[in-house]
Amino acid sequence: MKKLFGLVFCAVGLFAAENNSVLIRNVTVHPVTGPVVENGSVLVVDGKIEEVGHKTSARSGVRVVDGKGLHLYPGMINAATNVGLSEISAIRDSVDLDEIGEFNPQLRAEIAFNPSSEHIPVVRAAGITSVITLPSDGSRGGRAGGGSIITGQGALMHLDGWTWEEMAVRPMAVMEMLFPEMRAGGGRNPFAAAAGAGRSLQEEERQYHAELSHISDFLEDVRRYKKAKDAKAPGFERDLKLEAMLGVIDGTEPLFVRAERERMIKDAIAFSDKEKVKIIIADPHEIGGMGPELKKHNIPVVLGKVLALPEHDDDAYDDPYTLPDKFYKAGVKFCFGTFDVEFARNVPFEAAQAAAFGLPKDEALKAVTINSAEILGVGSQIGSIEKGKMGDFILTDGDPLEARTNIKQMFIAGKEVSLESRHTREYEKWLKRP
Amino acid sequence: MRKILLLLAAVFSLNAQTFLIRNATILTVTKGTIENGSVLVENGKIAAVGKNISAPTGAPVIDGTGQFLMPGIIDCHSHTAIEGGVNEGSVSDSSMVNIKDVLNPTDINIYRALAGGLTVSNVLHGSANAIGGQTIVVKLRWGKNAQQMIFEGAKPGIKFALGENPKRQGYPPQGFGLTGPTVERRYPGTRMGVEDVIRESFNEAKIYQAQWEEYKTKTARGEKVIAPRKDLRLEPLVEVLNGQRFVHAHCYRADEILMLLRIADDMGFKIRTLQHVLEGYKVAKEIAAHGAGASTFTDWWSYKIEAYDATPYNAALMAKKGVLVSLNSDSDELQRHLNLEAAKVMRYGGMSQDEALAMVTINPAKQLGIDNSVGSIEVGKSADLVLFDQHPLSGYSKPLKVWIDGNQYFDRMKDLEARADFEKKKKALLDKEATPARSPRGGAATEGPSQ
Repeated sequence: MKKLFGLVFCAVGLFAAENNSVLIRNVTVHPVTGPVVENGSVLVVDGKIEEVGHKTSARSGVRVVDGKGLHLYPGMINAATNVGLSEISAIRDSVDLDEIGEFNPQLRAEIAFNPSSEHIPVVRAAGITSVITLPSDGSRGGRAGGGSIITGQGALMHLDGWTWEEMAVRPMAVMEMLFPEMRAGGGRNPFAAAAGAGRSLQEEERQYHAELSHISDFLEDVRRYKKAKDAKAPGFERDLKLEAMLGVIDGTEPLFVRAERERMIKDAIAFSDKEKVKIIIADPHEIGGMGPELKKHNIPVVLGKVLALPEHDDDAYDDPYTLPDKFYKAGVKFCFGTFDVEFARNVPFEAAQAAAFGLPKDEALKAVTINSAEILGVGSQIGSIEKGKMGDFILTDGDPLEARTNIKQMFIAGKEVSLESRHTREYEKWLKRP
Repeated sequence: MRKILLLLAAVFSLNAQTFLIRNATILTVTKGTIENGSVLVENGKIAAVGKNISAPTGAPVIDGTGQFLMPGIIDCHSHTAIEGGVNEGSVSDSSMVNIKDVLNPTDINIYRALAGGLTVSNVLHGSANAIGGQTIVVKLRWGKNAQQMIFEGAKPGIKFALGENPKRQGYPPQGFGLTGPTVERRYPGTRMGVEDVIRESFNEAKIYQAQWEEYKTKTARGEKVIAPRKDLRLEPLVEVLNGQRFVHAHCYRADEILMLLRIADDMGFKIRTLQHVLEGYKVAKEIAAHGAGASTFTDWWSYKIEAYDATPYNAALMAKKGVLVSLNSDSDELQRHLNLEAAKVMRYGGMSQDEALAMVTINPAKQLGIDNSVGSIEVGKSADLVLFDQHPLSGYSKPLKVWIDGNQYFDRMKDLEARADFEKKKKALLDKEATPARSPRGGAATEGPSQ
């Protein structure tokens, strides 16, 4: 009898775990890719959106959620974070960023993604259902200033699941590259400034060109490797580093190129042209004259923090605020990331700030949903409320880019996930202290 | 004729700080919200608040239709405008140094903060030592000199620091001399040591205070005695004991917060504000009982182990337990949008709009003891005002105009208009730099004289 009970419990548990069908009714649906549906409904079956409309009838066995007075938005995406790879940034033992070495394309962020990180539920609570997690924080080989160029594969992760394997939506979404930089110019990046301290401009320039030629040599190695592999050349041996780069030289996987300054963006575009590789420009701090170039080459951009200081003392006070609108006006496709862990949950507020300074509101929302998905190669899977996509969405009492709005419920691949976190637990606990 | 001229001059100077803002939504913070309201400013002070206020003859009228007026934002924790380093970290008690001496009124971050609606900052020494330097409250009067930035009548303070930062020099995370220049080890290296440093310093301060009292008593009696030696380190601590100087204490963990409150109780002084106070929610009862204010980040966490129990619910939780709470920046960047920080406490802990706004206006004003003149829109207070294009708790809002003492220090339209001219001037300078210089004396005559 006891055994039977156990079995029944197991079955219930299993059912609960796989409960990824739901019908949300009576809700204002914001599909992002189409017009708002008042009094609408969304049906998710087995994790996928099956119907979006006005009159969707319930199905037997499918849970019904009444969304009266609420809004349904796609789950938001933070297109650049280190979530899962860094727990407490000051404690090196809890951080898995910035491996040693110049070229590390074989490194996979997804396999070090800690599914038990306290950051995951915290980020989720802000309405974010997926993040890109990157193998580097951009500090170029650690704070000592090494010379990392290709840091590894950034993964697109769902913020729910029992293991990293279950959480990965696209394990190799991007190949992260820190574009070589002349470090003697000051600017907003403290690592760059620190690394450049005490070196002359000539030394910096020499180093810069040396690194550029290292990259070309490395890509040349990859091409030769591919040739040998395709030709099944005698004595061919598998090389994990070069193997990991095949998607990049085929143009199927993008290089996620961190390039802050106009000159770096310019050189990165020239590099992608010359090497015929697909690139995404990441964390630019200025656009300069690069708008038309980016548009012409169809290069998308992942913008970093909007709530940031201007690059130079004599820049306009609102330079970082107006930057997204400049990319928008130039016709460049972009989305937002935060390039950190601690503030990954605030990506909606970065988008709102851009809208306060010129960017149309609906474009701000797209830049944390559908644009992010498309830029990261998962446009057919997530980022909007459309038939056939994963059931990633949130129920809110207002605009999800506003801090005043409350995120009420969240579904990832059709399954309702908790909005509790370390933070809510501490709150509940200490509120009760007599 | 001379009389008329004088009169004209008087009227003119009066007009500079006399104007009416009308038809705006007035967020007074302390006295509710007035739709389609007006605020009359006379001689730099708020003269009337309400509906249907008419402007004195000749006074400029600003139409605020669709816009929102709130009191100037106050930041209880800033390091902006400090020239050079913020830490005199060589000693564990650096109470002899004063931030007032190193204010740089040309720091561009003052203007940038102003453009975010900030009007008052509590400029603090860093947190490298248990007892840090003396601090000063400033008004962001951009364009004025350092002396003119100082908030008249605001009580000065002193910075204390607990936890990881002050003990770091006794126990650097990288170890001694392993990387970079060798670090000279100094006491304290533990939280126990931090407690002791503060206790020892106040012990000395009390002895010193007693020596002076004895001296004063004796001289009052007509005795001829030699005065005690003036001690610039202990003087500010005696001021703390006498209630003439506020203590602003950097702290994170509940244990160290409680520890400091107990030192203060034992030594007979008050902690005016606990800064950061990320675990304040765990000892809110004790903080409220002591009467200390709490000036915290909204959502910073996990950057170090002592910030791992931080929660964005901290502000709301402390407020619910009766603590006077403000939200601070500690950052040139974050100080530019404290209104958006305030909006977060509505999500994290369900604060009302007024409670949220209070945390960046009247509450920090109370903590700094300047609430009689700033922190809300009330008759008689200084006209420190910010006009927003939308509700300041909306992420889509931005400040359009900022006044301090009725003087306008920021105007977005003027800022935008000035940009083309600024770019022209900048280009001229760059062009000049790019042109090969021709020394009038020829050759390498530009070098200075050799010694």
